[in-house]
Amino acid sequence: MVSLIADGLTVEYPIYDADKRSLRRAMLGRGRTGGRILGGSRENGHGFVVRAVHDVSFAFETGDRVALIGHNGAGKTTLLRALAGVYEPTAGRVLADGRLSPVFDVNPGLDLDDTGYENVVVNGLMLGLSPAEIRAKMPEIIEFTELGEYMHLPVRTLSAGMHVRLAFAISTAVDPEIILLDEGIASFDARFGAKAEKRLESFVGRSSILVLASHSEQLLRRLCNKGVLMAEGRVVAIGALDQILALYRAGVDGVSDSAGEQAQDGSNRG
Amino acid sequence: MTTVSVAKAVARARGDIVEGFSRWRLWGLLGWKDIRQRYRRTVLGPFWLTANMAIFIGAIGFLYSRIFDSELAVYVPFLTSGFIAWTLIVNFLIDASKSLVLAEHVIKLRRLPLSLFVYRTIWRHLLIMAHNLIVFVVVAVVFGIVPNLATLLIVPALLLSVINAAWIGLVLATLSARFRDVEQFVGAVMQILFFVTPIFWKPDLLGDRIVFANINPLYHFVELIRAPLLGTSPELLTWTVAIGTALVGWMATLWFYGRLRPAIPYWL
Repeated sequence: MVSLIADGLTVEYPIYDADKRSLRRAMLGRGRTGGRILGGSRENGHGFVVRAVHDVSFAFETGDRVALIGHNGAGKTTLLRALAGVYEPTAGRVLADGRLSPVFDVNPGLDLDDTGYENVVVNGLMLGLSPAEIRAKMPEIIEFTELGEYMHLPVRTLSAGMHVRLAFAISTAVDPEIILLDEGIASFDARFGAKAEKRLESFVGRSSILVLASHSEQLLRRLCNKGVLMAEGRVVAIGALDQILALYRAGVDGVSDSAGEQAQDGSNRG
Repeated sequence: MTTVSVAKAVARARGDIVEGFSRWRLWGLLGWKDIRQRYRRTVLGPFWLTANMAIFIGAIGFLYSRIFDSELAVYVPFLTSGFIAWTLIVNFLIDASKSLVLAEHVIKLRRLPLSLFVYRTIWRHLLIMAHNLIVFVVVAVVFGIVPNLATLLIVPALLLSVINAAWIGLVLATLSARFRDVEQFVGAVMQILFFVTPIFWKPDLLGDRIVFANINPLYHFVELIRAPLLGTSPELLTWTVAIGTALVGWMATLWFYGRLRPAIPYWL
């Protein structure tokens, strides 16, 4: 049984390189959508500390397809990164029983000077695959991308469409147990039609648990069965997807104007 | 970051360092790609490194052997071996600070042992050194430097250099993730050290001020590689310094890196 548990998970975030004042003005001016900025003593000398995820607890198991819902800056991306083990929590912990497959970026780190083939190898090694496993995936990736001979050309010479296809194919080539998906992948999918849709669905279908952060209700409805509503870094509600989407639309997270957010889909990936 | 017990920090550092090493296929490939990339579409490729070194040694060797009133057959091998060692050390130290900063994108995509990015930098510079060593081989043949048993000491010498490079690289890369000034600072310090370290001139020229070489750790790390190349054993003091810094450095690093490792993705 694969499971993913967060137990009192809190992530605080130091910010060093921004101008303090303008940052302060910007964050405070934006109202209540973002994570909480801890003021007072934490601010001294070391810049700001943003509490992006605050005391989040949940337990998911095999079959759970979880939609992370919330406004930009609600803490979705930070939560995903903490679940993936990129960010060590300030407090609490993550217990993941199963292999984590984070897909946080449309671009998995393609090297433009390398050929498509080389990029598959490097990224495969990054994902922890063995050379034999990478070789085994290769035909399938080539098939999906329809790159054929273009696999042996530097990626920078490929068209934008080919580029995206390759990135997508690499990101979704692994055999996942727990998928952590950030919204970027959604826009992908739309640009790319039925074939990508099918691949994404098969990728998700092979996994035991999915956690997907997105603003696209259509995508969430297609892939998820549960929802987690987040605001200001906290979990506001957990439940069946319909219920959570209804709460979100009703503005229960305390932030109105959800229509405006929809338009920004994927543009702000804090 | 809250206080962590020393044992916990050390365990965490060790985990990252060992796991990072086990990903040798990845850092090996990345290090090699770094070089290939720099010389992509050039006719000579990475052998530009060799050509650069050859031109430098040719010009400086010829001129400076006169300045220092030294025989070409003595001066040129000395300069070549010393300068290759210096190039390795300095370029590594400057690049090491960038190891993590440059990998920011992938570090934020998934959990990876961060030490692998330091190994990548070390590997890259060993490969660069291999290209430079071609010049030394030619010089050795031309000036009749015959390999002997002491030449074999290059193996433990390089091993010791790499062991030191790993902890220094981890520390610099970690510091640099937080303070981007580190790279500049290292570069500035190296520039000064270049003039006080015996590379262009023999340490004997210091006469009774040889202490200025002996207290300079860089001198010992240059000597560690230079001496075996020239077919002599490094002095006991040099071995002691190299082994001592490795031991003390690693102990400190296990604690330092273990403590700060969790903070690195936030800093990047």
